[in-house]
Amino acid sequence: MSGTVPESAVLAAGERAAGVPLLEVEDLVTHYPVRRGLTERVTRQPKFWVHAVDGVSFTLARGEMLALVGESGCGKTTTAQTILGMVAPVSGAVRLNGADIAGLPERQMRPLRRQLQMIYQDPYESLDPRFRVEATVEEPMLVHGIGKSQAERRELIVAALERAGLSPAEAYVDRYPHELSGGQRQRVAIAASLVLGPDLLLADEPVSMLDVSVRAGVLSLLDGLRRDGRMGILMITHDLSTAAHFADRIAVMYLGRIVEHGPARHVVRHPQHPYTKALLSVVPARDPRVRSAPQLLSGETPNPVYVPPGCRFHPRCPLAEDRCRAEDPALVLPAGSTSPSHQAACLLV
Amino acid sequence: MSLLEVSNLHVWFDLPQGRQVHAVQGVSFGLDPGERFGLVGESGCGKTTTILALMGLLPPTASVSGEVLIDGRSILAGGEDLARGYRWKDIAMVFQGAMNALNPVKTVGWQIAEPMAFHGIAQGAAARHRAGELLEMVGIPAGAAGRYPHEFSGGMRQRASIAMALACQPKILLADEPTTALDVMVQAQILDLLTRLSSELGLALVLVTHDLPVVAQTCGRAAVMYAGEIVECGPMETLFHQPRHPYTRLLFAATPDLYGAEEVVSIPGAPPRLDRAMAGCPFRPRCDVVLDRCADEHPLLRLVGLGHEAACHHTEMVSAT
Repeated sequence: MSGTVPESAVLAAGERAAGVPLLEVEDLVTHYPVRRGLTERVTRQPKFWVHAVDGVSFTLARGEMLALVGESGCGKTTTAQTILGMVAPVSGAVRLNGADIAGLPERQMRPLRRQLQMIYQDPYESLDPRFRVEATVEEPMLVHGIGKSQAERRELIVAALERAGLSPAEAYVDRYPHELSGGQRQRVAIAASLVLGPDLLLADEPVSMLDVSVRAGVLSLLDGLRRDGRMGILMITHDLSTAAHFADRIAVMYLGRIVEHGPARHVVRHPQHPYTKALLSVVPARDPRVRSAPQLLSGETPNPVYVPPGCRFHPRCPLAEDRCRAEDPALVLPAGSTSPSHQAACLLV
Repeated sequence: MSLLEVSNLHVWFDLPQGRQVHAVQGVSFGLDPGERFGLVGESGCGKTTTILALMGLLPPTASVSGEVLIDGRSILAGGEDLARGYRWKDIAMVFQGAMNALNPVKTVGWQIAEPMAFHGIAQGAAARHRAGELLEMVGIPAGAAGRYPHEFSGGMRQRASIAMALACQPKILLADEPTTALDVMVQAQILDLLTRLSSELGLALVLVTHDLPVVAQTCGRAAVMYAGEIVECGPMETLFHQPRHPYTRLLFAATPDLYGAEEVVSIPGAPPRLDRAMAGCPFRPRCDVVLDRCADEHPLLRLVGLGHEAACHHTEMVSAT
């Protein structure tokens, strides 16, 4: 975590060193303190921490889409927030175009936000209801000082809206969010990110609030944006079917760790970790003739304040042995793996 | 005679300036004891309004017409006075957000016992004992009856609201998006519970959801709603393998399947507004097989196979040739 603005992170597209991945997250750890009441503070009760992200590593290349999947509370959103600099990590590195940006102060983070944009889950909440579409898309440009004149900005707004699939843009610029459907609102939110020309898009459950009929359209838009080759997308989702269809790779998170990581189709067809297997088994099939055999795990994701010793999945694991209670498995390539990049963190694979 | 018989149900909501939204437009379906029936479609298509009408829980701005029979007795005809006698006792409901459905300042056990006292089924200690049994039945230790909703996790709250709905041993359970806000694993647990309860207690279940795979794996039969109407209804397998309404086909095509390799498509456009009368087929602007007559002739629900109905001019033409 350097104290100066990392010059390499703000290089223009053409100047980037070849071979450096767009995003490198290395052993990232983010903890939140548990709030103590006054009596607990006065009586010096021990301070507890939520181990939201507890040693997460992955890389993301330009033109790639990585899906971070897992149940609520597994740390997927905190991972994204730490990458964005909304939360400071305890340790670990976040390298954007090779420069470490983890825990940078806000003043130094701000110019980098041009490269790093977030799409939120709920386009009903994320757009200002009093802003017309034009103002919503223009605002990030004003913040970052893009476009010298109103006319130039207008051109960029129109281009961003069209790229986000709102065409003809003239039909949308003067509308308010309440005049748009959910899918159109999410496209406006995406356009407001695109005007900055970001390298990395973090999409937190981008379609879960939208109607089934428009989800595919928004996902195809994201798919097209990264296939242009310049942008990398980190998609956070709890929906394995969506991840399997649109992402290149899937990383499954459980209690602050990645427990399985590999090519999307390979993870879905040949899951290694018992948690991934259980998660996949409960995804209902579209075809009523395909009767799934759901492998129900008891309970819900445990409290990340008290992380179990050994393998953190052992209390819910159907296969757990004695050594699982003592030994913390690392994310490694399993012996019998048929893919060179499909890793799992389980002592039994 | 079916357990539940809904015929020609209409619901209008009054808007300011004398306008009206025709939210449910002539919905009819029947339900047998122990049957699991799905009601699917996009938001705003009238699914929730339909089941709120069955519960008699619509706001005062709504007007209802049509007939709803439970065991041959009409429950709509007598207004609130009559509906109160059926609600929770014969027909009960599980709501989408379990946190909002439970009273935050009353214990879970108290809330389960309340409808029993109202319907004179059990009082005091007997009701509390029964509340404990109901909690056990949905997979919560009976001792948790003294706890408050905020002490429960999302999955436990949904279980508790199912226990509450079952307090008076209803014959019909209406579940409005019971798993939408829950994680996949908890969703599977709740669906497993609902399926088990319906087979063990002979409970008829109406599952309202936009999530087709959930219905495909839970229900034997389903109705697809669009713009306030049922546009297709039939056995779940038939709906998936031989859909006869383009909306059903496109809805399935818009739903990604874990192992499916085919492209996921979106349905262009949006459902029509329901505050003005429509000519022709309401799905026409979004349909991929439009005929001339679709513009001015409203398609009616017709039998297209065994227990299978669809409201589409194109289907009618194809099956006629």
